[in-house]
Amino acid sequence: MRGAKSAKWVAIAGVVALTATACGGGDDKKSSGKVDPKGIVSYANGEPQNALQPSNTMEAYGSVVIDALFTGLVHYDKQGNITYENAESVTPDKANKVWTVKLKPGWKFHNGEPVTAKSYVDAWNWAADPANGQQNSSWYRDIVGYDKVHPEKGKAKAKAMSGLKVVDENTFTITLNSGIPYYAYKLVYKPFFPLPSAALKDPKKYGEAPVGNGPYKFKSWQHKKSIQVTAWSGYKGKDKPKNGGINFKAYTTPNAAYQDLRSDNVDTMPLIPDSELANYKNDFGDRAITEDFSALNTINPAFYTKQWKDIDVKVIQGLSMAIDRETIAKTTFYGTRKAASGWVARGVKGYKADACGEYCKFDPKKAKQFVKDGGGVPGNKISIQYNADQPHKGWVTAVCNDIQKNLGVKCVGDPVTDFQADTEIRDQKKVKSIYRSGWVLDYPFNGNFLGDLYGTGVDGNKGGFSDKKFDELVKKADNAKTIEESADLYNQAEAELKNSFPGIPLWYNTTNSAYSNNVKNVEFDQAGDPILSEVEVFEK
Amino acid sequence: MGRYVARRLLQMIPVFIGTTLLIFLMVNVLPGDPVRALWGDKPPDPAQVAQIKHDRGLDLPLWEQYLHYMKGLFQGDFGNTIAGNRPILDEITQAFPVSMRLAVMAWTFELVVGITLGVFAGIRRGRIVDNTVTIFTLLVISVPIFVVGLLFQLYMGNEWQWITPTVQDSEDMGQLVVPALVLGMVGLAYVARLTRTSIAENRSSDYIRTAVAKGLPRKRIVTRHLLRNSLIPVVTYLGTDIGTLMGGAVITEGIFNVTGVGNLLFTSLARREGAVIVGIVTVLVLVYLLASLLVDLLYAVLDPRIRYA
Repeated sequence: MRGAKSAKWVAIAGVVALTATACGGGDDKKSSGKVDPKGIVSYANGEPQNALQPSNTMEAYGSVVIDALFTGLVHYDKQGNITYENAESVTPDKANKVWTVKLKPGWKFHNGEPVTAKSYVDAWNWAADPANGQQNSSWYRDIVGYDKVHPEKGKAKAKAMSGLKVVDENTFTITLNSGIPYYAYKLVYKPFFPLPSAALKDPKKYGEAPVGNGPYKFKSWQHKKSIQVTAWSGYKGKDKPKNGGINFKAYTTPNAAYQDLRSDNVDTMPLIPDSELANYKNDFGDRAITEDFSALNTINPAFYTKQWKDIDVKVIQGLSMAIDRETIAKTTFYGTRKAASGWVARGVKGYKADACGEYCKFDPKKAKQFVKDGGGVPGNKISIQYNADQPHKGWVTAVCNDIQKNLGVKCVGDPVTDFQADTEIRDQKKVKSIYRSGWVLDYPFNGNFLGDLYGTGVDGNKGGFSDKKFDELVKKADNAKTIEESADLYNQAEAELKNSFPGIPLWYNTTNSAYSNNVKNVEFDQAGDPILSEVEVFEK
Repeated sequence: MGRYVARRLLQMIPVFIGTTLLIFLMVNVLPGDPVRALWGDKPPDPAQVAQIKHDRGLDLPLWEQYLHYMKGLFQGDFGNTIAGNRPILDEITQAFPVSMRLAVMAWTFELVVGITLGVFAGIRRGRIVDNTVTIFTLLVISVPIFVVGLLFQLYMGNEWQWITPTVQDSEDMGQLVVPALVLGMVGLAYVARLTRTSIAENRSSDYIRTAVAKGLPRKRIVTRHLLRNSLIPVVTYLGTDIGTLMGGAVITEGIFNVTGVGNLLFTSLARREGAVIVGIVTVLVLVYLLASLLVDLLYAVLDPRIRYA
């Protein structure tokens, strides 16, 4: 796969829920109802794992702070279309190989340094060097010369990627190894943010007190307690803060944050803890939030095992049809998930409902017939591997019940102590039968859910799946002329998965949250990130 | 006495090395690679993984890692965390004072309230006071601590709004009072029960009868004669409890969002931060060892018949 964003694995851990809803203004019992433009929003966060460097931040706690402090070239809207932020334009050549980035002039970093083409190019080159230990560096791998700066093994052989060229103050070009029609989407991610020149000279200092070009300016970081940022008056972007700043409070458990949210000691939190999913709508009334979150849950057969190696696809289709997704979503998840009907999550460009068609619809009779026609499940027994440190047991049991009841195939959960151990087994390809898997969008483009996960031999393909027809369609989509064309071709590739079934789609996630009586206008985007600059605080 | 203390202190050395080695090995056999885990669900970057492992010395053989670790430890260097590359000493020196405050408050609570309740119950055995204390302590012991914690949080924090549901600033003693009450609750029950039994037993002993016959004031009998002789089992319990309170407050710290040792230990285990775990345990082992030494020395103070050589 080509890059790996990641992260909200912390978040997906927690997990999730359902339909989009409007969230009306708060029922402001205590507040005057007037908005204070200088009011501070407090947000339930946790201690970031790494220093606050964009190219080194993957997990949710650091990401949300970085997003407040930095603004990248482009971003996306709710439909998954590209919007221009610091960039005036990002245009590819005919082959989608050379991308020209033009910046909006006059932007500055918080310390007064102008944001120029060099701020971008230098930051990327610096982050690509393995010696600087930036976790997101593989995101530059499409750029010519990346393999010199970041070899598979050993030290960097070059200081700069030859594919990056500064044309003038506000223009630079990115040359890719091969054409990628949707490359602009990748530029949304954090490693493509700019850094001021001083940050490259003293990364340690700037990791503790970052200087960005975003809507908020860094104020203080008290480790494991809080990170405070204030609205920056010099900001040139569209998302000018409607509040005076943000206080990212560190919580060690979501349950603790939830209790504080209930009593207005914190204004919002990213994910309602699972134990409260059944109650939170009662507790918060119209201050409860449920929004689409572009993530998909699947169970995937391990195709490298004896059981699934030469399986007739009908068996997997049969298993899929034996699962009553709607009912489990309603009962086990209290309606906080939506039954999946394809391999691409909602809220991304190129999402098309019902890609999986009849095979993702509950039909026990047909399911039985399909499994029978396909020669049955080898051993007539399956196990579903999951990590026991997150609340997967409930739905795994429910899915197994369905399979057992409707197909007569013995089905058991295979719990692994925690997420680390679970990933290790999957990485080493030692899964015994079937494993649970989840994917949060890296960027809102359907290709991210397809080629990056099920292409033969790509890093994200943990189950050893391979389908030549699918690979060809992916290749075609990657060579398309435009984003639209590429998304269409990826649709075809997704349709092909019906015939080879790399994994059984189960549910789409939703973001479940709520907000306090002190604020209004709290929303989350499809990546599950809060849109903090829009939050308005009531006068006290 | 001096020789006894010296001997005890020397005994700590093998215990110390043994525990650190054991913990070090145990953490290493846990499945899951902490460096790989930095990438979560997403595929890791092999060059970066190798770089991080090299930086933290994780590419060395296990015995060499341990030697390195011990060498650093004697120079006051606990190493750096895998995630974030921060000095572990900073993490520990941030967490310990918080837990220390919490533990001392809980411990004082146990000591004062527990012994008082125990003495009253013991003296008035079989009467209403005694029955009340017995029932109360039974209740506290049988209800799991997280239930007590969540109830306190729900009522004091959310319903009556006396406190904020979680601790907003872990360094603020005032905010730690409620978590300390919760934390000390179980210990309090044990202390009360131990004191009660011990007092009740000694109350009918010869030397108390003599004291009463001598016509000593009741207050003096209870505090000087009865209590002092009844305290030995209580002191043993309280001594070991201080260590438990410091390291074992995972649940209470979690409920009230206190960033103490328990929390640090828990997150470090989840992230497989071996060096942090060994560091914390090392300090906790020292606390335990010193506390038990102190308890042993206190025996002699309480009961002059006990002598050390």
